Amino acid sequence: MSEDQKKKFTSDEEYQKATRRDFMKKLGIIGGAAVAGSAALVAGMKFEDKKGKDGYIRAVNDDNELITVPKSEIKYLKPDFTELQRRGREGLKGRKWVMVINLAKCRNARKCVEACQSAHHLRPYEYHINTLKMQDGKETAPYYMPKPCQHCDNPPCTAVCPVNATFKRQDGIVLIDNERCIGCRFCIAACPYSARMFHWEQPKNHEEYMHHEEEYEELMHHGKINEAAELKAKIDYDIELNVPQKKGTISKCLFSADRLREGKMPYCVSACPNGVFYFGDENEDAVTNGTTKETVRLSKLLRDNAGYRLLPELGTQPRVYYLPPKNRLFDFPEESILPEDGHHS
Amino acid sequence: MSASVDHFSPDKNKLNKIAEDILKPVGFSKSFMLWMGFLTMVFLICGYAYGIQLEKGLIVTGMRDFVSWGMYIANFVFFVAVSLVGMLISAVLGLIGYKWIKPIARIAEIVAVGFAMVAGLVIVVDMGRPDRVHHVFLYGRVQSPILWDVTVITTYMTISILLYFLPLIPDLAIAKGRMNNAPKWLVNLYEILSLKWNHSSKQFKILMKSMRILLILVVPTAFGIHTVTSWLFAATSRSGWDSTIFGPYFLTGAFVAGTAAVVILMFFYRNSFKLEKYLTDDHFDKMGKLLVLTALVYLYFNINEYLVPALKMKRVDALHLHALFAGHHAFLFWATQLGGLIIPMILMMFKPFRKPGVLTFLAVCVLIGAWFKRYIIVIPTMEHPNLPIQGVPEAFMVYSPTVIEVAVTLMTFVMSLMIITILSKVFPIIPIWEMAEEASHEGDAEASKTESLPAE
Ligand code: SF4
Ligand code: SF4
Ligand code: SF4
Repeated sequence: MSEDQKKKFTSDEEYQKATRRDFMKKLGIIGGAAVAGSAALVAGMKFEDKKGKDGYIRAVNDDNELITVPKSEIKYLKPDFTELQRRGREGLKGRKWVMVINLAKCRNARKCVEACQSAHHLRPYEYHINTLKMQDGKETAPYYMPKPCQHCDNPPCTAVCPVNATFKRQDGIVLIDNERCIGCRFCIAACPYSARMFHWEQPKNHEEYMHHEEEYEELMHHGKINEAAELKAKIDYDIELNVPQKKGTISKCLFSADRLREGKMPYCVSACPNGVFYFGDENEDAVTNGTTKETVRLSKLLRDNAGYRLLPELGTQPRVYYLPPKNRLFDFPEESILPEDGHHS
Repeated sequence: MSASVDHFSPDKNKLNKIAEDILKPVGFSKSFMLWMGFLTMVFLICGYAYGIQLEKGLIVTGMRDFVSWGMYIANFVFFVAVSLVGMLISAVLGLIGYKWIKPIARIAEIVAVGFAMVAGLVIVVDMGRPDRVHHVFLYGRVQSPILWDVTVITTYMTISILLYFLPLIPDLAIAKGRMNNAPKWLVNLYEILSLKWNHSSKQFKILMKSMRILLILVVPTAFGIHTVTSWLFAATSRSGWDSTIFGPYFLTGAFVAGTAAVVILMFFYRNSFKLEKYLTDDHFDKMGKLLVLTALVYLYFNINEYLVPALKMKRVDALHLHALFAGHHAFLFWATQLGGLIIPMILMMFKPFRKPGVLTFLAVCVLIGAWFKRYIIVIPTMEHPNLPIQGVPEAFMVYSPTVIEVAVTLMTFVMSLMIITILSKVFPIIPIWEMAEEASHEGDAEASKTESLPAE
């Protein structure tokens, strides 16, 4: 554990806990949701696995190593808050997530928007991704453009954050920590893609979480530790999902980091009915279409279709690519959306 | 502040007269109580508005996802700007050796202290999570301009307080024995704060030396504070902010605003504290000239800032400039540029317009213009992002400040005014010992008639 990581833990005890977990992870416990032994007791939760026949299990750990562990040693549990924070800041090793959006296929179904909003507890006008009506010039045709956070490799938003509440992970994702964000909104000012939103008021599911908090207190009061722990795991802040959302803090597209950890596609990508989205790993040079599940070479897809990125002149190096709206499958209702002076308002 | 004073031997009669004049307004008069009572009332009402904001969140303001900085940030820039005048007058003019600034220097420092102390709070008011201010110290990233801002503002505030307090020490010692009908606590306060000062030449040497160091230190700090503040904007790639001259542009603008604020305070002190003898027509005349000078330099930067992008008219720049020159913000833009800068500047070039009353009126125009100028710098830029604003409620598209926002902004002004009022009623507003020193020298010169002093 580096000095840097050490600093993140506020108390010695937490640090000890984290080190222990680190150590146990290295021993080789299944990635995802497994942390063993005493840490589980500390966290007050345990989900014991059935005893295996041969007593051993092969698994891949967080460092992508294949390992064998005695089954009797394994206890599954939902990671607690500190663990969520730690791994959320670290990201998935060896990955470089990338998204490709095929503008030729977008018909403004807005299923991506809805799926994202429901997963992240957002109101209809609060966007991680929005589909914009675009037109580049008077003589060119209008088109729809889904616009999530571009997960810039040179992100201006993280550069200005005073408290490191928004940061770039090793797998290319730009995340936010709404437990740390002070709500200065400097990152909004700095983002050239208007990709960020702010919780100006109590977020949508606020009441529900308040209710759960009360419930939790009650369970603890009656000594029902296990139920309480289970509930706590549900309401604990998950940095990779940015839920529960909080008043006075930032939110934005997270490349659905929680889904990626489970080996699934982002919510928006799988929700699109029209095959607009590809998602994948640049290191593997492969992206998969969220609708057709067809996997293609990233480099070939971009080369063959003249893929481009938004506002490349700013040097932000987005991880989101666009394929131009040529041979559009769906017509745009209007001839032109530009006002007389030729500019978007 | 002249660095030459190493002993203090003023003409006794003159000292008595000066001390009497200057100490007369010190103390809590009835009008002071009334004024403070009024300020407190306004403060409480506005504080209630802030309470609502804390409870409900920033939704009670006019800001939304696109115009995510509004009046508060504009107000923050204004506060930092005004506070810089302390540096301009005491340090820049003082170190050059202008003697006429002596009675004004303390007023300038009061403005500096009053505005710098509140500037930090103004930014907290804008925060979505003011309960997490300490995160800035816990997790501070030195790469962020906000952190630089926090550091330099604190430094500037500290130096300004010292620059205010140090030259006050001899005055407190002088005043101690002369406060016949002052309340007991005030006499005690003077006793403690005068730090056993007895006008020895050794003490003066230390005072002069520390003042000199502070005056030199305050220059880079003040330049730093406002340059860094301008970088909050210049560090982004938005049209209207993406400019390389933002540092000097803000700095020169700050001098205009600060000078205007000092003129207004001078006028007030002169009239209600009966200090016509110390804040003379000549002082106003000189401050008027200073204001013209700063305004000219600021105008030069304005021309650069608006004309250069106007010649190029890049796509987003064009939208932005159109909104300023002829669109949604045109009225405010031209009102601040003409009414708040150019017209007063031209008028002040003529002597009759530098008479105390007229000058103060012009200074009020300039100061109001300066506030709205910050508004014009912050808001219109945010209304024109690179990608279109779509699919959001009407309120997200244009910014219009709410009553609560105005009230909270007013609260910050009230706090500044309270600090300024208290400082100017608890302590003498004009440096007694420096005035006495000056007067004695004049006396000497007149008596010996060895040289005639220049008009300066
Ligand atoms: S798109 Fe905006 S929010 Fe996303 S990484 Fe780039 S600058 Fe940051
Ligand atoms: S609003 Fe939050 S995430 Fe954005 S810069 Fe400020 S502290 Fe960082
Ligand atoms: S990747 Fe996830 S967070 Fe981003 S827009 Fe899609 S669903 Fe929302």
